[in-house]
Amino acid sequence: MSYILDIDGVNKTFGGLHALSDVNLKIEEGETHAIIGPNGAGKSTLLNCCIGRLIPDTGTVTFNGKNMIGMPPYDINHAGMVRVFQTPEIFPDLTLLQNVMIPALAKRDGTFKFNPFKSLAKEKSIIKEAHATLADFELDKFHNQLAGSISRGDKRRLELAMGLIQHPDLLLLDEPTAGMARHDTNRTIDLLNSDRMKTMTKVIIEHDMHVVFSLADRISVLARGHIIATGRPEDIKNDPKVKEAYLGESEDE
Amino acid sequence: MIKKIFSSNPLIMLIFSAVVLTAPIWLDPIGANYPDLLQKFAIFGIFAIGYNILFGLTGYLSFGHATFLGVGSYTAVWAFKLLSMNIVPAIILAIIVSGVFALIIGFLSLRRSGIYFSILTLAFAQMAYSLAYSVLTPITNGETGLQLSLKDPRVLDSMAGIIPQEGLPSTNLFGYLMKSYEGYFGFYFAAVILIIAFYVSLKIFRSPYGLKLRAIKSNQTRMKYTGFNTRPYLLSAFVISGMYAGLAGALLASIDPLAGAERMQWTASGEVVLMTILGGAGTLIGPLLGTTIIKYLENIFSALNPSELHNMFDFMPEPLQNFMVTIVSPFVGEGWHLTLGAMFMIIVIFLPGGVMQGLSHLSSFMKRLFGSKKDTTPDSVNDAAPTTSKGGH
Amino acid sequence: MDAILIQILNGLDKGGAYALIALGLTLTFGTLGIVNFAHGALFMLGAFCAVLFNKILTISVKVKDESITFFDAYKEQPYLEIWLGDLGNTIIDYSVPLSILFAIPVMWLVGVIMERGLIKYFYKRDHADQILVTFGLAIVIQEVIRHFFGANPIPMPPPDIVSGSAPIGTMLGLNDNIAYPWWRLIYLVFSLIVIFAVFAFLKFTTFGMVVRAGMADRETVELLGINVQRRFTIVFGIATVVAGLAGVMYAPILPPDYHMGMEFLVLSFVVVVVGGMGSLPGAVAAGFLLGILQSFASMNEVKSIFPGIDQIIIYLVAVVILLVRPRGLMGREGVFED
Repeated sequence: MSYILDIDGVNKTFGGLHALSDVNLKIEEGETHAIIGPNGAGKSTLLNCCIGRLIPDTGTVTFNGKNMIGMPPYDINHAGMVRVFQTPEIFPDLTLLQNVMIPALAKRDGTFKFNPFKSLAKEKSIIKEAHATLADFELDKFHNQLAGSISRGDKRRLELAMGLIQHPDLLLLDEPTAGMARHDTNRTIDLLNSDRMKTMTKVIIEHDMHVVFSLADRISVLARGHIIATGRPEDIKNDPKVKEAYLGESEDE
Repeated sequence: MIKKIFSSNPLIMLIFSAVVLTAPIWLDPIGANYPDLLQKFAIFGIFAIGYNILFGLTGYLSFGHATFLGVGSYTAVWAFKLLSMNIVPAIILAIIVSGVFALIIGFLSLRRSGIYFSILTLAFAQMAYSLAYSVLTPITNGETGLQLSLKDPRVLDSMAGIIPQEGLPSTNLFGYLMKSYEGYFGFYFAAVILIIAFYVSLKIFRSPYGLKLRAIKSNQTRMKYTGFNTRPYLLSAFVISGMYAGLAGALLASIDPLAGAERMQWTASGEVVLMTILGGAGTLIGPLLGTTIIKYLENIFSALNPSELHNMFDFMPEPLQNFMVTIVSPFVGEGWHLTLGAMFMIIVIFLPGGVMQGLSHLSSFMKRLFGSKKDTTPDSVNDAAPTTSKGGH
Repeated sequence: MDAILIQILNGLDKGGAYALIALGLTLTFGTLGIVNFAHGALFMLGAFCAVLFNKILTISVKVKDESITFFDAYKEQPYLEIWLGDLGNTIIDYSVPLSILFAIPVMWLVGVIMERGLIKYFYKRDHADQILVTFGLAIVIQEVIRHFFGANPIPMPPPDIVSGSAPIGTMLGLNDNIAYPWWRLIYLVFSLIVIFAVFAFLKFTTFGMVVRAGMADRETVELLGINVQRRFTIVFGIATVVAGLAGVMYAPILPPDYHMGMEFLVLSFVVVVVGGMGSLPGAVAAGFLLGILQSFASMNEVKSIFPGIDQIIIYLVAVVILLVRPRGLMGREGVFED
């Protein structure tokens, strides 16, 4: 079995607090892998260690056979690992079309390309792809609105579109449905299950069990910085350690 | 219809060139048709267009761009002294040298963003200004300013066999004197350069590169996670704007071959910021509008004096007339800077998008007034969002 | 040794001014989140408070000059002298220190009007807009001053009794030749007093505690539901008064002119950056440090090795600090760091 992402023995402490202790996680190509866990379990820290926002104290993150530790975020992006943020990180002053053109240009131009005399309007293939991607997410009717002016749910879907247009080898999704109404959540689940995205390797951090069990092929449970279980959804459901972790948390509250 | 025109580059350039080249005609009725002022419009217009490529597109607020204007002027005067009175080598050298300065200062300043970037550029500008007045006197000639002299070698000119007549020689373009046709030659030369400079800026605005710069302004962190190394983008924009400033400095020296350190003072840097935001930072034509408004008002306001004010208000009854003169007089003549400062504040407070934003408000208001339901949304590929000045975060 | 002492002394009074201005800048930036490019103009306004107060005290009337007897001569005699005699003259002589009393309410009023009328609308705008609007305001203030007081520097003598030099060398048991102007010594002591007053206020009053808490963690304090608005006004007022006082007392050292504020502003920003954005002790320490550094750089021995170093030393330090240690000397990690 080939692993696309191999997180091996990762530790991260913040001033004495162990956010991650000896985390091992292997993501298989083509799977949708959900990471769940109570609040403060270290899920976002783990994600940040993968995309270069944080550097782990020890351990390695290997992606497609390459070590990702210490790489700047833009190089990680070009290696094929793309993150979709929890709070929409879009370009509020640009139109929706421009918002999806930017990642498409990144894919084509690399980390830096000085092309001040090329005409944007003549980038026909990029524009076409951008329209098509927007259409996939039912956003094309807004294509010339400013991204800052659309609803929060639309912004979340725009984020997904921006990630998807780069055809990543691995998509990291940070709570893609957090704060969404039930209707929008279902729409997002359908999108992530659509033909275009079904086969893409995905890591999803999620609170909503409904979403997790609708999408995930495998699930890992993170509690207090440790991975306490990894397995198929039905196994996780019945795992006593998982129950304890969640029940333990509810006692604390 | 209008939308069509504004998305076609050749049409824009045609209209733009026509407007610039006929400026002596249509500026005549408002009394702005004399070469000295026309040249200022064109040269400071170039300065502002270049500054806008940095500030307007990326949102990085530099308080040191007058440095590059000064460097351009010094380089050009040295070229006149050492090489030739022909302005072509002077202009080319000035652009290169100011580009090198911008590369060094930009490389260091862009290690930081937000207010730290502004303070760094300010610190570099103050350093350059102080040095020009002190240690660098052999190069800058200190407070007197760098001037031509009879002993200058002018290697290229003497090689070409051009022997200066009595007195100091004049700047020329392959023999055509800049001051010929009462200075209109100088204006038309600057106007042609302005048209080229505007075309370059238009291309940049409508290129993938320009879009990426705007995206950096909108959300730099996101750009990094989208796969862009933002620093070379910012540095190249900084260098381009520095080269524009150097070009403007060289043109100033071509019109009047002397260079002084006061051109590098931070108030001069502040002025180009004002020109850009007054017209509308991040818009194509805004900085040029801002320049024209400021230089025109400067020309009028700084020439006024109380007795002329009395003439202006003499249709009023005597007490009211005196009252008006008392109110207005601090703003004119020597007080022009007060008007400038007040304008600065009013624009930032009430119209952060500048005149261009005001015009777009006005046009949408008119549309609503006349009930037109035409599609007014911007061209989604090319057009910038209605820009408010948004700093780097 | 003596030369070094002299240079340190020379740097201290300037350092005191830097420290006072930087203190206000840090306070407004740390508490209100405002980058105030008009803060130097407030320093200049303070200096002109001294000028104005002196003008008021010396309002004169034309009287016959009795000392000249062979023709009718007239002289200007201040009302104060006419009304109070010698006491009046003494008051005029002490006009600079007395104008502190005049400057405090004036500067307080200026600060409150500025905050209520302009600054408060910029809390939510980004730093670029704040810089631009206060830059405009700085131009307006300095041009208004120029309109009323002219462009030339106006010499403001210190009181007669302290117009000479203090024999510092003798006092410290060193070389008798070391002398130091009394007024600069007074300025140093004065700036230290003001600095300690501000720190004491922040340390020992409930109000000060809230302000300090706000500088450490703005969001939390806002969540406490304390009347932030009023506190902002007061903090801004304090910063304005401190800058004004720094200016009042500086008038005898540097004859006030309308653009002195700009020079001090740029330098003070550098001081704030060097000390660490948001750190009050950092601002004070960096102020004195840079004052002394500048004074050393202007020694002939140093200038002969690095020509022009005295002109640029402060900017050079700023550049190096910003590039190498962006949080400054005493800034905490992660606070206002880029």
